[in-house]
Amino acid sequence: MLSSKHMLGLRNTSTGEIQEILDTAELMKIVITSNNKKTPHLQGRSIMTVFYENSTRTRLSFELACKYMSGTASNMAASSSSVAKGESLIDTARTLDVMGTDIMILRHPMSGAPHIMARNVNAAVINAGDGTNEHPTQALLDMYTMREKLGGIKGLRVAIVGDIRHSRVARSNVYGLTKMGASVVAAGPPTLLPPEMEALGCSLTDRVDDAIRGADVVMGLRIQLERQKKGLFPSMREYHRYFGLTEERMALARDGALVMHPGPVNRGVEISTEVADSKESVINEQVTNGVAVRMALLFMLTRQRTEVDL
Amino acid sequence: MMKGTINPVSNILIKGGRVLASGGTTEGDVLIAGGRIEAIGGEQRADGADVIQAAGLWVVPGLVDIHCHLREPGFEHKEDIASGVAAAAKGGFTTVCCMANTNPVNDNAVVTEFIKRRAEEAGPVRVLPVAAVTKGLMGEELTEMGELREVGAVAVSDDGKSVRNAQRMRLALSYAKCFGLVVISHPEDEDLVDGGLMNEGYWSTALGLPGTTRAAEETIIARDCMLAALENARLHVAHVSTAGGAEIIRQAKRAGAPVTCETAPHYLYATDEWAQGYDANTKVNPPLRTVGDRDALIEALKDGTIDCIATDHAPHHLDDKNVEYALAASGISGFETAFSICWTVLVKSGRFTPEQLFDKLSLSPARVLGIDAPALEVGSRADITIIDPEAEWTVDPSKFLSRGKNTPFAGRTLSGEVKRTIAGGVVVYRGE
Repeated sequence: MLSSKHMLGLRNTSTGEIQEILDTAELMKIVITSNNKKTPHLQGRSIMTVFYENSTRTRLSFELACKYMSGTASNMAASSSSVAKGESLIDTARTLDVMGTDIMILRHPMSGAPHIMARNVNAAVINAGDGTNEHPTQALLDMYTMREKLGGIKGLRVAIVGDIRHSRVARSNVYGLTKMGASVVAAGPPTLLPPEMEALGCSLTDRVDDAIRGADVVMGLRIQLERQKKGLFPSMREYHRYFGLTEERMALARDGALVMHPGPVNRGVEISTEVADSKESVINEQVTNGVAVRMALLFMLTRQRTEVDL
Repeated sequence: MMKGTINPVSNILIKGGRVLASGGTTEGDVLIAGGRIEAIGGEQRADGADVIQAAGLWVVPGLVDIHCHLREPGFEHKEDIASGVAAAAKGGFTTVCCMANTNPVNDNAVVTEFIKRRAEEAGPVRVLPVAAVTKGLMGEELTEMGELREVGAVAVSDDGKSVRNAQRMRLALSYAKCFGLVVISHPEDEDLVDGGLMNEGYWSTALGLPGTTRAAEETIIARDCMLAALENARLHVAHVSTAGGAEIIRQAKRAGAPVTCETAPHYLYATDEWAQGYDANTKVNPPLRTVGDRDALIEALKDGTIDCIATDHAPHHLDDKNVEYALAASGISGFETAFSICWTVLVKSGRFTPEQLFDKLSLSPARVLGIDAPALEVGSRADITIIDPEAEWTVDPSKFLSRGKNTPFAGRTLSGEVKRTIAGGVVVYRGE
C-alpha cells in the first residue's frame, strides 16, 4: 500500500513502499517475459502520458505497461498540443483530468511541475522526470536491476558518476538507495556537483577513481553538450579522459561490478563503447525492468485509488 | 479637494495609550486638530472630537516604508496606487516610497508627476516616488536626476536589477550626489544568478531547483560600497538577505563609507526550507536564505549595521504565481504582514524593545532617505499608528486590501496588530 495517492519522488517514499513496489515488479516481469503479455489489472482504467520533453524509454515503457495490463493509454506531447499556443500547465492538466483520466504521467523540464499538477487534478500523478529534481521510476528500475542481479541492495556500494548537479536520476537514486541500505558515492567534476549534496545521505568526490574503487555498481549519467558551452567543463575529450567510465577505470571496481546507465548514452563521452557493451553492462536489462516497475506502480496506484475512493 | 480629506477633518482624541513621543515614551492622550498634533500627554479634553480608546495600545509615529512596488502605471492587475495605499495603511504605513520598475518606467518627470497625482487622489498617505538611475532601467544612460528631484523623486534606483556596469554605477553615485539623491542599489550579479530560483544550498539540492549563490548578492554589495567610498556619495543597499552581505556593510561603515542598508521582514522569518512543495509564493528576489543568514540579519539589525526594515512589497496576480516555480514572478505582497512579522520575530521574542523596532520602521528609514520623519510632537503632521501589542491573528490573504494575495505567510499566526492608522490627521485604516 502506498501512503500517497501520487508518486512524485522517492524523497518522501518510505523504505517499505519501495520494497513493495520492487516485489510487485517481480510478478510483472513474469508477464512481460511471457508470450501472453496481458493482464486485467488496468481494465477500465485510463492513463495519460503528458510529456513536455522528448523521451523514448520512459514514455513508451509507461504506455506499454498500461497496455500490457489492459488499460487505455493516451499521450499528450506538449510540442503538438495547445501548450504550444500558450496554455498553462494547470489549465492543460485540468483539461486532461476531466476527460476521465485516472493517472497522469508527467515529464517536465521544470522542477516541481508534478507537485503543482497534483494539487490541481483529481487524477493520480506520477513524476516521469521533473527538471533537475527527481525521476523516481528510473531509480526504482535501477534498484530493481541491482536487486535482481546482485541479490539485494543493502550493503551495496554504488558509484554514480557524471553530471550530478543537473541529474534527477542521481537524486532519486540517492534517496532510494540510501533508504534501502546501500552506500552511495556521487562523483564528477566539481562544477557538476551540487552544493551540500552529502546532506542527502551520499558522499561526494571529484575523484572518479576513488568513487569506483571497490564499487558493486557503477552508474554513468548522460552529459549534455550544452553544459560544455556554459563553461562547466572544457571539452568532451577532457571530460572523457578524467571523468568518463573507461575499461582502465572500471578495473578498480569490484570484480563483476554492474555497469548501468539510464540512457540515452553518449558513447565516448561519459562512457566508452567498450564499457557500455561489456558483459557487466545491464543497460538493456534496465529498460526491460523499467516496464515491470512501471506496471507495478500503475497497478498499485489504481488499486489504492479504488480503495480510497470507494 | 482631495479624496481622503472629503470628510471634514474632525479632531481626534487618542485616549490613554502608551505614546512613543519624540521626548520619550509616556502614558497619556494625544489630541489631533486640523491634521496636526495639538497636545501630547496627560488627560486631554476636546468636545466633539472622535475618541479612540487606546488603553493597552501603543501610539507610535506612522510607519515609513522606503521600498515598495505600487505597480501603477502599467501593471494595474497586480496593484494600483489606490489599492497599494489602502494596503499600506492597513499595514500601519503613513509614508511609502515606490520603486521605478513600472511601465513606462519612472525615469522621467512626467511619470513621477503622474504617480504623485494618483497618490494625492488616493488619500493622505504620503507616496514618495523613487526614480530610475538609468533610462528604461537599462543600465546605460543616466536619468535626468536634477529634474526628477525637483518634481518629487526622493531617491534613485534601478531596483529589480543592478546597474551592471561598474563605471555607470560610479558615475550615477557621483552625479546623484550633486542633487542630494541617495542611490539605492539592488545587489545582484546576473551572471552569478545564472537562472537560480532559490538560495543555493541544501534545499536547492534537495528540491532540484537551480540555486542562487549568496555571492551573487555579496559581490555587488562589496563593489557598490567601494564605489560609494570612492565618490563619497550616499549609497543605500536594498534588501540585504545574507550574513556575508551584512558583514561587508558592517566593515564599509566602520571604514567610514556613506552607506546604509535595509532588510525585509520575510528575511527575518522565512527560510529556504519553505520552498518545499514548490509553492511559488515562496519565490522572492533575493531568495529566502538559511537560518544562519536570518539570525545574522537580526544581529546586524540590532547592532545598527542594518539601518532599517523595508517591506519590498511586491504584489502579483494569481496568474503570475500559480505556475511552475521557474516561470513564477518573484515577490511577496508585504505591506499587511510586515509590522506583525517584525513584532513577532523581534519584540515578542525579547530581542528588541518596542522603541527599537519602531525606530527601524519609522524614524530610521526616513533618515536614510532624508525625508521628513513622522514625529509625535506638538505641531507635527499627525501621522500616527496605533498598535495592539497583545493581539494574535492568522494571515488570510483573501482579506488583504492589496490586489496581490501572494504571501508565503498564509495560515501563520502572528503577534501584534495594527488597529488604526492616521495620516495627516485622517483615519486611513480602522481595524476591527
